Amino acid sequence: MVKHRKEPLQKIKQRRDNALAALVDRVPYIKFMGIHFDRRGDELTAVMAFDEKLIGNPILPALHGGATASFLEVTAVIELAWAQAWQKMENEEVHTAAMAAVRLPKTIDFSVDYLRSGLARDCYARARINRSGRRYASVHVEAWQDNRSRLFAQATGHFLMPQNGG
Amino acid sequence: MDLKKQKMAKQFTEALPYCKALGMQVEEAGAAMAVLSMPYNPATIGDPDTGVVHGGAVFALMDTCAGVAIFMHPESTMTTATIDLRVDYMRSATPGQKIYAKAEVYKVTRSVAFLRATAWDDDRENLLATATGAFTFERPKEAE
Repeated sequence: MVKHRKEPLQKIKQRRDNALAALVDRVPYIKFMGIHFDRRGDELTAVMAFDEKLIGNPILPALHGGATASFLEVTAVIELAWAQAWQKMENEEVHTAAMAAVRLPKTIDFSVDYLRSGLARDCYARARINRSGRRYASVHVEAWQDNRSRLFAQATGHFLMPQNGG
Repeated sequence: MDLKKQKMAKQFTEALPYCKALGMQVEEAGAAMAVLSMPYNPATIGDPDTGVVHGGAVFALMDTCAGVAIFMHPESTMTTATIDLRVDYMRSATPGQKIYAKAEVYKVTRSVAFLRATAWDDDRENLLATATGAFTFERPKEAE
């Protein structure tokens, strides 16, 4: 920790961005869905860029409910893995290279509320970890498009945390 | 069974961009029920350590399957939207295997349809996931 104070700012940022990329870039489905993560300190915002293939109702048009659910679930899983990685990273237990070996939590259940149609626009989401124990975690995710205060979907999920080596 | 409606359900569903992207197929469509399949696709892997498909893709299959079951309900107009859907993931899908989902409408009110769905792969008896959800339900205008 003491060592960090002397580390140049740019180097700290680079180290953290590399760690996040190592986590996210390993998952094919995240790439398939066109999702990326914006980082501000330890806070993540997931962004799903609009793409024709995400449409489920061509008449409106609106995003497929399954695409929305996938976006929310990806956000929750990465938030959990990132929160674990962040702690280890700050304690210098894990180097960026080792981040690729971080195992992802497994979804136990996932419940999505559809509040309004997902429009043909980019989507944003943030996850809040309500409880994270050694074995189980409970996470809430909110997704919006143009207005942060007008959510188009939210979800709650329970996750099994990876044991040893994660 | 209304063959024209079955054919419409299949053509309409399989042409939806997201369903097409995941390769979903309508295997069976009966009164207020549907069976859909989704092939294994390395692009939809969620766990790079095991090659297991992401839960979100299974969620999408079950959501679509529920939509087709509502479409096939005799009293339904053909539009619906998911109000809420909860999926319980009971085991990981086996990498390389096609995933199936079956949804049934078990109750409709004036404007809501309640559904249950199950998903499985080659091991039919050992379910991958179950789901329960509420969907909007629209009846033809003259019925009101």
